[in-house]
Amino acid sequence: MTRAVVTGIGIASPNGLGPTAYWRATLHGEAAIKPITRFDSANYWAKIAGEVPGFEAGRHLQGRLLPQTDHMTRLTLVGTDWALRGAGVQPNDIPDTDIAVITAATAGGYEFGQRELQKLWHQGPEYVSAYQSFAWFYAVNTGQISIRHGTRGPGAVVVSEQAGGIDSIGHARRQLRKGVKLALTGGMDSSLCPWAWVAHQASGSLSRNNNPRRAYLPFDRDASGYVCGEGGAIMVLETPESAAERPGTRVYGEIVGYASTFDSRMPSREPGLKRAAELALRDAGMDASEIDVVFADAAGIPELDKAEAEAIKGIFGPFGVPVTAPKTMTGRLFAGGGSLDVASAILSIYWSAIPPTVNVENPVPEYEIDLVMNEARHGKVKAALVLGRGKGGFNSAMVVREYR
Amino acid sequence: MSALTIEGLKEILNEAAGEDDSFKAGQDILDTPFLELGFDSLALLETVALIKRRYGVGVGDDELADIETPRELLAKVNGDLAA
Repeated sequence: MTRAVVTGIGIASPNGLGPTAYWRATLHGEAAIKPITRFDSANYWAKIAGEVPGFEAGRHLQGRLLPQTDHMTRLTLVGTDWALRGAGVQPNDIPDTDIAVITAATAGGYEFGQRELQKLWHQGPEYVSAYQSFAWFYAVNTGQISIRHGTRGPGAVVVSEQAGGIDSIGHARRQLRKGVKLALTGGMDSSLCPWAWVAHQASGSLSRNNNPRRAYLPFDRDASGYVCGEGGAIMVLETPESAAERPGTRVYGEIVGYASTFDSRMPSREPGLKRAAELALRDAGMDASEIDVVFADAAGIPELDKAEAEAIKGIFGPFGVPVTAPKTMTGRLFAGGGSLDVASAILSIYWSAIPPTVNVENPVPEYEIDLVMNEARHGKVKAALVLGRGKGGFNSAMVVREYR
Repeated sequence: MSALTIEGLKEILNEAAGEDDSFKAGQDILDTPFLELGFDSLALLETVALIKRRYGVGVGDDELADIETPRELLAKVNGDLAA
């Protein structure tokens, strides 16, 4: 079976730009949930978020791209550039039909869409940007990446909220098995604008606590919802044979297992997360005892935390595996979060360390999970399981392993 | 309303599609096809929308399809302005 290795990682996270800065901050537990600065939150009850700081699109992208891109597309394009550079890939070195682009998004270009719709209402249709025709679509990041790098292989977009960040990488792996050499894949989301905020507040899932240290507490007795963040990760995924064509290429890790399930609407049926994890392990040909850490979906909503804890306990036994949720530092990044968790799992393997879950002080004892709290755990990590759930019943699981 | 000049058009082009180094102030681009300047059909649609707002002259989609260079676009806009 064709193997799939990660050779480049581009990260835009509230606590770090680029894999090195992100990893340093994450291992140190640097939380980045703060009062919102991107728009005036005075009229909204939710007032905190994880914002990507210090990103100046004009320093990284040519002027021609700015009028036609939302913030989340700019993060995606720059993240892709970083991933390619890290992997030492010049897309022109590879036949254009041998490169796939598979991304995930949850909200599309919301901020761009809000601005143009406001022009439509206040000034009239002739004031709406022609670029509105694509800039706010979920699919735009895949299109813009392929245009920028001249790729003509398979292109696809997955929309399954947080699970999508995992699903995109799973689908990219499928494309490698179908014969492409390399895939640019991952997810990036940003919806920190008033129009999006109305939707976030209406979801019923946001924490009403505006204390950044007490708002998003997955698996804690005081769990009360989550905090929104922006960002994500884009990766270069390729076959080992493709990577070997560039001597000295660093291989961060291998994607060895993936599965997704969908929850039944029947309340009597158990949620599909456990089955997704079991199927991903089976896909990897691995036993649960070989997994050194679980990167949890960590919804921060008591009934969802309970379901996830039961799934983990059901597979690994009580306190059977370290569980962590570095997204407690950034907030939930939707599709970006799934991809960033996969990137974090790969960096855990590469750097032999498990990043901590921050702010959680009182995990629910009945959950019986070994939550990595407050401080990183250093030591060999050979394999990790990443879990992600998307609102509406999506469950995805991915197994990553050291490459050997 | 005074006529649209090539330098005025350059400003509109940059505003519509974003500035890059494909042309500079003073450079003669009158007969350089828009495609060579990096302007695809959407960038041109955005350009004529800006012209409509500033000069009140509209360029229809079918007319736009036949316009390939800045000279042709200026002729269309200034012809309508004079009419």
